[in-house]
Amino acid sequence: MSSRELPSSAGTVIIGAGIVGNSLAYHLARMGRDDIVLMDKGPLPDPGGSTGHASNFLMPVEHSKEMTHLTRRSIEQYDEMDMFTNSGGIEVARTEERVEELKRRVQSAKAWGEAGELLTPEEVEEHVPYINTDLIKAGFYSEGAGTCDPLRAGEIMRERAEDSLTVSPNTEVLDLHVEDGSIAAVETDRGTVEADEVAIAAGLWSPKIAAMAGVDIPLTPAVHQLISVGPISFFEQFEGEINHPVVRDMDTQMYERPSGNDMEVGSYQHRPILWDVDEIMSIDEAPLSPTQPPLTEDAFQKSMEDSLELMPEVLDDPDAGIRYEIDGLLSVTPDGAPLLGPLQDVEGLWSVSAVWIKEAPAIGEAVAQWMTRGWSDIDLHASNVNRFYEYGTSRKFVKNRAHEGYQKIYGIVHPSEQWQSSRPLRTSAFYNRQDELDARFFEAGGWERPQWFWSNEDLVRTYNEELEGLLRANEWDSRWWSPIILGEHLHMRDHVAMIGDMGFGIFDFVGSDVADYMERMVVGRTDVDVGKTVYTPVLADNGGFVSDLTVARLGPEHYRVVTGGAVAGSDRAWFEGRIGDDEEVTLVDRSESLCTLGVWGPDAREVLQEVAEEDMSHEAFPPYTAQEITVGGVDAWAMRLSYVGELGWEIYAPMGQGQRLWDVVAEAGEEYDIRPVGMGVYGTTGRMEKGYRLFGHELELEYTPAEAGLTFHGVKDADFNGKEAYARAIEEDNAATLCTLSVDDHVSSEGERRFMLGNEPILDGEGEVIVDEEGRRSYVTSAGTGPTVGKHLLMAYLPPEHAEEGHSLQVEYMGEHYPVTVEVVGSRPLFDPKNERIRS
Amino acid sequence: MEALACIKRVPDTGAKIPLTDDQQSIDTTTLGFTVSPHEECAVEEAVQQVETHGGSTTALTLGPEEASEQLYTAIARGADEGVLLEAGDEEWRPTATARAIADAIEELERKFDLLLFGNESADTENYQVGPRVANELDVPCVTGIKDLEVTDGSAVAKREVTGGSEVYEVPLPAVVAVKEGINSPRYPSMRSRMRAKRQELTRMDPERVDGPTFERIRLEAPETDEGAAEVLGEGPEAAPAVVDVLEDIGVL
Repeated sequence: MSSRELPSSAGTVIIGAGIVGNSLAYHLARMGRDDIVLMDKGPLPDPGGSTGHASNFLMPVEHSKEMTHLTRRSIEQYDEMDMFTNSGGIEVARTEERVEELKRRVQSAKAWGEAGELLTPEEVEEHVPYINTDLIKAGFYSEGAGTCDPLRAGEIMRERAEDSLTVSPNTEVLDLHVEDGSIAAVETDRGTVEADEVAIAAGLWSPKIAAMAGVDIPLTPAVHQLISVGPISFFEQFEGEINHPVVRDMDTQMYERPSGNDMEVGSYQHRPILWDVDEIMSIDEAPLSPTQPPLTEDAFQKSMEDSLELMPEVLDDPDAGIRYEIDGLLSVTPDGAPLLGPLQDVEGLWSVSAVWIKEAPAIGEAVAQWMTRGWSDIDLHASNVNRFYEYGTSRKFVKNRAHEGYQKIYGIVHPSEQWQSSRPLRTSAFYNRQDELDARFFEAGGWERPQWFWSNEDLVRTYNEELEGLLRANEWDSRWWSPIILGEHLHMRDHVAMIGDMGFGIFDFVGSDVADYMERMVVGRTDVDVGKTVYTPVLADNGGFVSDLTVARLGPEHYRVVTGGAVAGSDRAWFEGRIGDDEEVTLVDRSESLCTLGVWGPDAREVLQEVAEEDMSHEAFPPYTAQEITVGGVDAWAMRLSYVGELGWEIYAPMGQGQRLWDVVAEAGEEYDIRPVGMGVYGTTGRMEKGYRLFGHELELEYTPAEAGLTFHGVKDADFNGKEAYARAIEEDNAATLCTLSVDDHVSSEGERRFMLGNEPILDGEGEVIVDEEGRRSYVTSAGTGPTVGKHLLMAYLPPEHAEEGHSLQVEYMGEHYPVTVEVVGSRPLFDPKNERIRS
Repeated sequence: MEALACIKRVPDTGAKIPLTDDQQSIDTTTLGFTVSPHEECAVEEAVQQVETHGGSTTALTLGPEEASEQLYTAIARGADEGVLLEAGDEEWRPTATARAIADAIEELERKFDLLLFGNESADTENYQVGPRVANELDVPCVTGIKDLEVTDGSAVAKREVTGGSEVYEVPLPAVVAVKEGINSPRYPSMRSRMRAKRQELTRMDPERVDGPTFERIRLEAPETDEGAAEVLGEGPEAAPAVVDVLEDIGVL
């Protein structure tokens, strides 16, 4: 397997032999790739990257379903190789706020199918006899947690892939050759290897390698401080590498991990210390390893004090010294998630970067599935490298976000928490006007989008009665939220509202083969008349969701695809990567050049008719069609459709004329009391009442359109991605069906009204988490208040025995159970079920 | 007994030593700093002797402000006090260093019985400072010491020579330059590390008196072996490959 000669060509080259590179090689070999080269600049088994200094523990429970499932799958793989020790793990709380957060941990554990329970300080002490219980208020026990040996696991994976793999350590990549937009070869100091596909798994060196091909992998090396203290006499009586749970001292952002007679004390508490990749020592120059520079001692002082205080009995052992101390370098990304998938602009080049040992085996497997069959068992959309495409790749941005995000690693992060740094970055033509109206901006895909407008505060008083019972008193529930959203919603339903810019991804497809191409890409029939729009799922071959979006036909050989801003980069990569070599199809990205203004509500037609040169009547501009219109002298293009369930249009105008469009519509709307309203209405309250699904929440690879209630297209004759699985899913009975539920009683045991925010487990009458026959658990995919229906709404997939309208269930939120009722099974809107408003 | 351990802040380098562009010094941009293993042993020896005989240990260094880091480490490893001779960023040659240390020793209130040095520094390896300090102070000096026993007013020091060892008895005060192996230096405990940081150092402003000196033309990093270890095979099947390599390098 190890070879002195580097082959001159290979099917697949993997750059980086840390745990994820090894895992990718192994799984690719397992899936049939038989000509793989795995290279690393460093020696084996420890080439000097982050894998070599990881503290090697895996805590499976996270608030992210994707990361929890990846960690669980990684534990299974380590365990199968006999490289896992199930030590358990405990997160301890020093503050009341953290106790609440640990209850949310229990909630996530239940939602994602992990063991997890809340412990009293005394119960923590039973597991960790050396902990200072005076300091802690509670613990979260993760029974499934444990430790692994990623270096040895990497060796085993290489051995298993032996027949398909050439391993080439001590091989420095000097350049990547790109020809006609595709990866062609990897040039190294030991020769050049031609390759069909190349995966960059080089950890914190990945950006440097990617730059050789002219593309970005946005991550920065950052310091994670770690010391090892021993020998500790307390541990001498126990056998094995680890015999007590790993403790995460969440409020000090530290962990204590027993290892033999030592205790490893790691910290994310210190000030963020970010490195430039060029400052990192080469492996020859490094006394220990390039990623293990010496401890910055002053930054670690507080961590020493805090850990001594928490575990004096072991850490204050007079015979125990600090035997090892490093500023361990690891990869930090702008949002903390890994960077996975095909790098657009260079076909055949993949990123498998910013991966921690706790998820690496599963990510290697999932990316191997993605590379070999186009989709993975565990949906990786939140880690898609293309999510930062065209906005979030500058060095400055990456550093700012990494700096900010560093504090969140053990932080209490609200699901709606917004980033503060590098803002505003992407602003639409409406930004200045919105800012003048005191918009509360949220960010999506880099775009600044108003979530609500403080200038609409009067609407809370106007709709005082309607909002009774829907206002959130609890600080956590109302964080990053405002009752103004509900007021804006009701105003839109009664009058008219303008919403924009949504930060959409807007892609035009032109060319002589575009009709066939588009037909192949989506579920809905796209061979429609010019001027028609089609809302459609986009599926992987397993019938799971890759996206859902709107396709409009602008001409015989011209389509426009409009998709969500946060997934614009990934969708673009998906569409671009599926244009055949000999197909005449060109993708033109209009996302930055067109702005979008939605005008919706009963008075929308009156407002627009005043300023549009065209006839906006129902007959002249029917629902679900698109036309060019001129609004106040601005040449625009509009689609008559709505994500909020109202009569109205999405108007697309050149970005440079957007402010004029805004002003013209606002002025025309004055007599109708038109209000700019935020994405809180567009993305949550409006869509929840209408039962509209959102990609990444309801729609993902694990669920089919049949389960999501999106089979209105039927099965068209033409072939398309995922057709077979889609047709089968329609034939078969649903294992689960997406339902809309409402909360019957909000009052907690402390008498406070609580409002779920999403990702909470759904329980049956007995309090057991509901699981479908495929093992998928029922949880709240989206939560939001429906002010017109007067209820707090939840969406969740439910197996047939529970998917019955009127059926009573429970939802667990912050440690308590609340009764809920199934309102709708399937996609029928709760509000205006016949869509009379949209069609009015 | 009063013990003194003299240490020197040096870059902690790996296999390949990066040099500055002008080749006048080591490029320490990305490097950490340490003291030589001999000096770690000097500190440990001082601490152990004081543990046995009572008294106190003083760690002393001459160097830039940053050298205080090495003093704190010595304190964390058991020294009671630290003395920094503030010499600025420029490197001092052995003559000037030894004179400044000797001056400081005479100036300090504490009178030392045992003056411990590392046998040589890890970077310049001049082997001079210990003996020169002894000469300045007119006290006996033994070097290359790997075993030391202190009795009342004198010390028995042993050093290894080819085929055996030499044992000296020196009256105290004396300079003893020790080598790695004389003891196993302890790792500082967390608490001692924290305490060390809070300790005040004695700072002195030494007078630099250079002796006859020389000019450094340039530093050259030795050629490093670019080739890395390679597994040629396992068991008897590996033999032909081994023979090939031996022939390649001209051994056979």
